[in-house]
Amino acid sequence: MSAPIRSVAILTVESLTVRFGGLVALNALDFDLRAGEFVGLIGPNGSGKTTFFNALTGIYAPAAGSVTLSETDITGLRPQRIYDAGITRTFQRLRLASTLSVFDNLMIGNHRNLDQSLMTNIFARRRLHQQIMEDIEKSRVLLEQFSAPLASRLFDPVSQLPMIDRRRVEVCRALISKPKILLLDEPSAGMTHEETRALMDDLLASREQMPGLAIVLIEHEMGVIERVTDRCVVLNYGQKIAEGSYRDVADDSRVRAAYLGED
Amino acid sequence: MAAASAAVFVLLFLYLEEEWEIVVLAVGLIATLYSAARFGFLGQIEAAASEHSRTTILVNFVAAALVIALLRGEHFALLMLATVFLYVTVCLGLTVQFGYAGIVNFAGIAFFGIGAYTTAVLSAHTPVPHLVVIIISGLVAGLIGSVLILPLLRTRGHYAALVTIAFGILFRTFLEVSDILGGPQGLKVPGMQLFGWSLNDNISLGPLGTVSFYAAYAVVALLLAAGAYILVKRLERSWIGLNLDAIRTDETAAASFGIDVPRWKIFAFTVGNCLAGVAGGTYAMMSGFIAPASFNFGDSLLLVSIVLLGGSGNPLGVLPAALLVVVLPEKLQIIQEYRLLLFAVLVILILRFRPEGLLPRKMREYYASWGRT
Ligand SMILES: Nc1ncnc2c1ncn2[C@@H]1O[C@H](COP(=O)(O)OP(=O)(O)OP(=O)(O)O)[C@@H](O)[C@H]1O
Ligand SMILES: [Mg+2]
Repeated sequence: MSAPIRSVAILTVESLTVRFGGLVALNALDFDLRAGEFVGLIGPNGSGKTTFFNALTGIYAPAAGSVTLSETDITGLRPQRIYDAGITRTFQRLRLASTLSVFDNLMIGNHRNLDQSLMTNIFARRRLHQQIMEDIEKSRVLLEQFSAPLASRLFDPVSQLPMIDRRRVEVCRALISKPKILLLDEPSAGMTHEETRALMDDLLASREQMPGLAIVLIEHEMGVIERVTDRCVVLNYGQKIAEGSYRDVADDSRVRAAYLGED
Repeated sequence: MAAASAAVFVLLFLYLEEEWEIVVLAVGLIATLYSAARFGFLGQIEAAASEHSRTTILVNFVAAALVIALLRGEHFALLMLATVFLYVTVCLGLTVQFGYAGIVNFAGIAFFGIGAYTTAVLSAHTPVPHLVVIIISGLVAGLIGSVLILPLLRTRGHYAALVTIAFGILFRTFLEVSDILGGPQGLKVPGMQLFGWSLNDNISLGPLGTVSFYAAYAVVALLLAAGAYILVKRLERSWIGLNLDAIRTDETAAASFGIDVPRWKIFAFTVGNCLAGVAGGTYAMMSGFIAPASFNFGDSLLLVSIVLLGGSGNPLGVLPAALLVVVLPEKLQIIQEYRLLLFAVLVILILRFRPEGLLPRKMREYYASWGRT
């Protein structure tokens, strides 16, 4: 019976298609994800990986297909609603507010839990102060857990941090709201092998603390994919060309062909 | 101490008449602020100020009140001072719009004008108490602004700027052809009555001379500017201020973390325009007469240049900048004719050499002793 397996699939994507004018950037993609799973998304440059994330998170409107999260249809919802539904992400080209402090950046990720009422924000300053103290504590705990030295830089502007710490802050910004699904778009971009390894270690360690969190990782470095993922999906020209364990896809002739640039 | 020297400076600035003295003072102010920023004094003063924010506001307030008291007989100086406070109020509104949320508004003077005309009409034709009239003027300006911003939500960057420019020019043209609103001749506005007391009467102090009625308006304008400052500062140090910063720095990232971008843009734009409208209403009652000619596109540019000069996003920077931009042309006849040109050059120079302005904005500190726990 396939019922128990289906019941743990938290995300189901069916024939998702994205077009830019005549270009089909994502072509009828089927994809599913189970709670707690760590999936690698690979493929040559321009194969549609980032486009897939953008279509999932409401930045691009899909031309066709459907996205279902825990039995709710979330196809084509706006980015805010996707965040509310429990999907967060990082960006290929780091999108932190670099003039703001680490704390402020984390709080942007914590938006769901922040009190937005005029009353609290303008008049009841004591209550606001209380909330801020609690959120400082929450940020500290998360940073400690993720990468202890970073916790002492909570009040520094992000622009003063080295690249690896900025990446860490971006991941923490996506984690602080306790999402169901975390989408990581090439977090190793602009970092050395050692730094990438350190970041992945941090990620794996903090994943232990968040049971049920499913992660999709876009990554060009195959060593990283091999080490951290349970399963891989390979895209080429917007289409899924292979799926399975790292070993299986690495041996797949079509995947080899795609990476060698053959048609 | 900083507040005291600032007060002395303002006093001299308004009091002196010889042109060369004014030039020396203005250059002195810019040089002082600049070197203070260079050598870190400014940082210390600002740190001390945010540490004791209540006291700071109080001290500055008392200093400003003292300036008004000392100038009590000087009609012109007080009129200018009141105008400065009203401009400060508008520019604090622009700070919320541009400095925090990143919305360009080249129609600042139009919202000021909407407030002024609303006050003129309401106070001439209805028995509504003047305090309420002023508040309604702010709300009307805010409301019209929130309708204007709807098409802006879809556009980005230059288009939004163009729409506000068009609105500002349209507003003036509309005033000129509208017979009900007095056409090019404008409207007369009765003086302000607060709690049964008419602000337009000079107050005689017997042997101490008379207090110009502009002193009363200067106090009202000061209260307004102080209230606006507290509001704008509190906004900055709150989750709402964080939303606005997130939207300014990266709309897509903000939306990806659940921030309702249109909602907060409308909010920021409306708050800013309400402040402009309230200031405009007060201005109308103070000057007793308003006409389309006072609400030019050039004046909107002056407002923007105040915000840029002061330091975009830093409410504290607005005061010295407004003082320079408003008072300097009045004092220096030569500048008068070329003031738009001069301020245009000034804006270009700021953007080129010191884009963060005279008093650059600092990182958000939600409360005193932030970051030291
Ligand atoms: N906003 C857009 N407008 C037009 N074309 C786009 C847009 N975004 C992506 N594309 C195109 O869609 C295709 C897929 O791009 P995408 O960014 O998804 O690739 P990718 O797999 O993330 O590549 P990389 O590994 O280089 O990041 C590319 O041909 C790209 O040029
Ligand atoms: Mg990409």
